[in-house]
Amino acid sequence: MGYAAGQLPEAFSLVVATHVSLCDECRAQLASFDAVGGALIEETDEIAMAEGALAASLARIETLDRKSQPAPRRSAGVFPAPLAEYVGGDLSAVRWRRVGGGVRQAILPTGKDATARLLYIPAGTAVPDHGHRGLELTLVLQGAFSDETDRFGRGDVEIADEDLEHTPVAMAGQDCICLAATDAPLKFRGLIPRLAQPLLRI
Amino acid sequence: MLDASRSAMTDQDFRPYLSGVAAGSVSRHKGNRSLVVVQEETDWAGLLMKVRDHQDKAAFAALFRHFAPRVKAFLMKSGAGASLAEECAQDVMATLWQKAHLFDPARASVSTWVYTIARNRRIDALRRARRAEPEDLDWGPEPEPDQAEALEAQQETERLGQALASLPLPQRTLIERAFYGDLSHSEIAAETGLPLGTIKSRIRLALDKLRQRMS
Repeated sequence: MGYAAGQLPEAFSLVVATHVSLCDECRAQLASFDAVGGALIEETDEIAMAEGALAASLARIETLDRKSQPAPRRSAGVFPAPLAEYVGGDLSAVRWRRVGGGVRQAILPTGKDATARLLYIPAGTAVPDHGHRGLELTLVLQGAFSDETDRFGRGDVEIADEDLEHTPVAMAGQDCICLAATDAPLKFRGLIPRLAQPLLRI
Repeated sequence: MLDASRSAMTDQDFRPYLSGVAAGSVSRHKGNRSLVVVQEETDWAGLLMKVRDHQDKAAFAALFRHFAPRVKAFLMKSGAGASLAEECAQDVMATLWQKAHLFDPARASVSTWVYTIARNRRIDALRRARRAEPEDLDWGPEPEPDQAEALEAQQETERLGQALASLPLPQRTLIERAFYGDLSHSEIAAETGLPLGTIKSRIRLALDKLRQRMS
């Protein structure tokens, strides 16, 4: 609902939009929230437009019409369109950085109130045991991971908050690629990941 | 209700007919249908299809008179000044024309679609942050939309409006603040002095009630 009302930090919006691109059920739910917005628009008091506003809008359309009509946005790759727009391409366009243990990450450019990163976890590898200070959304794009709570495959989102401490492990068979957004730094239990945290911005 | 013969009317012809709705006054043209009937029967999706297929300026003018003042009000409630809201509302209406070929009347009413365009424009204008949008569905809008489905989408918005109107005032106010106010739940908490948990549960309760009344 926060997404429908346009209030989420940019990084969370990116996860929601990417997930909705993969999940018809959530797309339908989002449509029902948007419909509340539509009903509010219908109910609202009006504020008169300026004199000549219609003519001005039509003039704007004249200039728009000369440009090409926007095409539907769709992606055939691993990344759905909203994510591909942030990365500037599909998987091959990602500039990975090693964070240790074979795990790689790429931080995406979003607003400061939350951060979004892509994670690459080789099949069978574990991410160090950690807890959360705020909200963490993790969306699986390729492969799968499991932790103490469940198994997550492509399109699934794990929602983690202060109450969850987990050790996600990429399932065997395929390297796991995730999109994760957090609004606060993670809490690692191990000393080495804790020391490395400020350097890696996690 | 605006059939082919009506769409041939000039820009001027639309003015008395729809501006009465806009002003909320029926007294100036007694003998016309009542305000409520006019609103419910106007086939906004049909008008938008005329814009899409025939670049019909009269149909666009009718959409503009109905939606632009509402979009402007929405943007001003969200904290935009009058001149920014005016400009953005014109933009939103231009986008409505430009993206008419992507509108699927079976999936959403025109009001819902206008809301999503206006919300995104508001985010661009007020927050200057990007907002990722879900990818478009594999199947685009049907070239010949199913009239019954389109009508249903519009009626659903109307029923939702009635359900909203019948909510207890505190719940209705919170939903409006959340959608209009550009306020996060914690900002609403700071402003109303209510605890965050209360706000979240009231919003959830209000949405549940809406869902019940819709089914």
